[in-house]
Amino acid sequence: MDMKATKKKLGMKERYRILTRDLGWEPGYQSREAVFPYVRYEGIKVHDWDKWEDPFRLTMDAYWKYQAEKERKFYAIIDAHAQNNGHLNLTDARYLSALKIFLQAISPGEYAAHKGFARIGREFPGVGTQVACQMQAIDEIRHAQTQIHAMSNYNRYYDGFHAFADARDRIWYTSVARSFFDDAMAAGPFEFMIAIGFSFEYVLTNLLFVPFMSGAAYNGDMATVTFGFSAQSDEARHMTLGLECIKFMLEQDPDNLPIVQGWIDKWFWRGFRVLGLVSTMMDYMLPKRVMSWREAWEIYGVENGGALFRDLARYGIRPPKGWDDAEKAIDHMSHQIMLGLYQWSFGTCFHSWIPSDDDMAWLAKKYPDTFDKYYRPRWEHIKKLDAAGTPYKNFGLAKLCQCCQLPAVFTEPDDPTLNCHRETVYKGEKYQFCSDGCKDIFENEPEKYIQAWLPMPALFQELNGDIGAWMDWVGLKDGVDNGDYDGSRDQKHFTEWRGQATSNL
Amino acid sequence: MSTVFIALQANEETRPIIDAIEIDNPQAIVNRQPAMVKIDAPGRLVVRRETIEEQLGRSYDLQELQINLITLSGNVDEDEDTLTLSWNE
Repeated sequence: MDMKATKKKLGMKERYRILTRDLGWEPGYQSREAVFPYVRYEGIKVHDWDKWEDPFRLTMDAYWKYQAEKERKFYAIIDAHAQNNGHLNLTDARYLSALKIFLQAISPGEYAAHKGFARIGREFPGVGTQVACQMQAIDEIRHAQTQIHAMSNYNRYYDGFHAFADARDRIWYTSVARSFFDDAMAAGPFEFMIAIGFSFEYVLTNLLFVPFMSGAAYNGDMATVTFGFSAQSDEARHMTLGLECIKFMLEQDPDNLPIVQGWIDKWFWRGFRVLGLVSTMMDYMLPKRVMSWREAWEIYGVENGGALFRDLARYGIRPPKGWDDAEKAIDHMSHQIMLGLYQWSFGTCFHSWIPSDDDMAWLAKKYPDTFDKYYRPRWEHIKKLDAAGTPYKNFGLAKLCQCCQLPAVFTEPDDPTLNCHRETVYKGEKYQFCSDGCKDIFENEPEKYIQAWLPMPALFQELNGDIGAWMDWVGLKDGVDNGDYDGSRDQKHFTEWRGQATSNL
Repeated sequence: MSTVFIALQANEETRPIIDAIEIDNPQAIVNRQPAMVKIDAPGRLVVRRETIEEQLGRSYDLQELQINLITLSGNVDEDEDTLTLSWNE
């Protein structure tokens, strides 16, 4: 970019004051309470909204200028990718499974975040907060649109991309991300801010976007690197908004501390469970891997999350309640979820596969304490069944956690040989959970979570358990979109087209 | 001491910016990863407009960083001349 930096007549702080603060006014014919009715019921006390300030001091005029530049860069690369058969530069079409999960589960989450920020931008009284939320609402819809646009090019050639909106609403693994965002949007404005702005953006999105997008670059996917980094350039601002907002709440009144801590505990665990899907993308679905899920957790979880909670300790904040259980799960979760995705692959709108010998050697190196001991034997057994012509398929339906909605495939934090399962009875009905973290969240707000829409019960309530009808309903073509990558249409097409691209036959 | 970091896309625009950050933060460690550069520093990292302008050979508005920024960590403070990341411990 060769953008001329014009001599500013006003300093940045002064410009921010005039172009942001001065946009607000005192209501004349309605009380402030009537104009902003949703900011008190959660119990957060705010004495001076003007104390909240965007540390980037980004004003709306500058925002449009930089966002327009980001869009120009994005479309230049997306066009080049489409014009030059960029899809044939992928290391391997197996990689597309990660993109399909991204499109079905994550991009609709961006749209949900857009709706949430549009709402709380209206509900918060402070002008600085309103403007920052407005920018984030526009960012989030841009992310949803650019992601869908970038991946639409893959939809021209490969299976599993075509019905992502139905998949988002109806399929089982996507309901993990969907319930996370629905839970946040059904909360009050301050809790929404902790859920998305703080836990998701600050503590967790680095794990989602940074190593995975770098991985996309490693696997020849220019389209995804471009939408990923274009989105992530906004995330730096979102993280900063989330961190400022949490400091603002804690500085405004000491009574806010226990409420904020409760939300940090809840939303860290909710976000950590959503990232379970990302752990499989990083450890299993990238043909060429940048770093393992464990290594990414060391950098962005242990090191960066640790630094953040040491910083917030001055307000009395401690690390989230589930932090230790999370650490114990890191070396297990990607393997446990991938084994789940493989055995239920008849019901996934993407392909899975048995890891190759090379892949297993890599996993053993990255997970020296767990892979060979607990997970290689299972994959070897599955490989044997496959070789014998009796591939392992689990046509039973998974027991879903009432809170995070993942199948209860995890093990006890202190015993990787014992399945972790919790249950609780509320008003005569039994509810199942994958962990203490999810059970605690339910028990704190049971009236909210008993209303959760769970895909497995819905299969029976709405379709009498008819799997074929369910596949039509979620937009999944049996034998095309689902099942093993080996022998799939995606595999056949990719090999054929790449052959055509590199020879004259 | 906790680490602060800033990550930028690896491209022609950021090359002189990364050089400038290295000049201003001798304790920083530059990690080059596929398509991105992550710069870690113990406790504090300062990005200075003047140093970037010297490296870039043109005037520069620090907010232009938004275009190529991937992620950062630490409390942010920005004015016309500097962007500072720091942890309070």
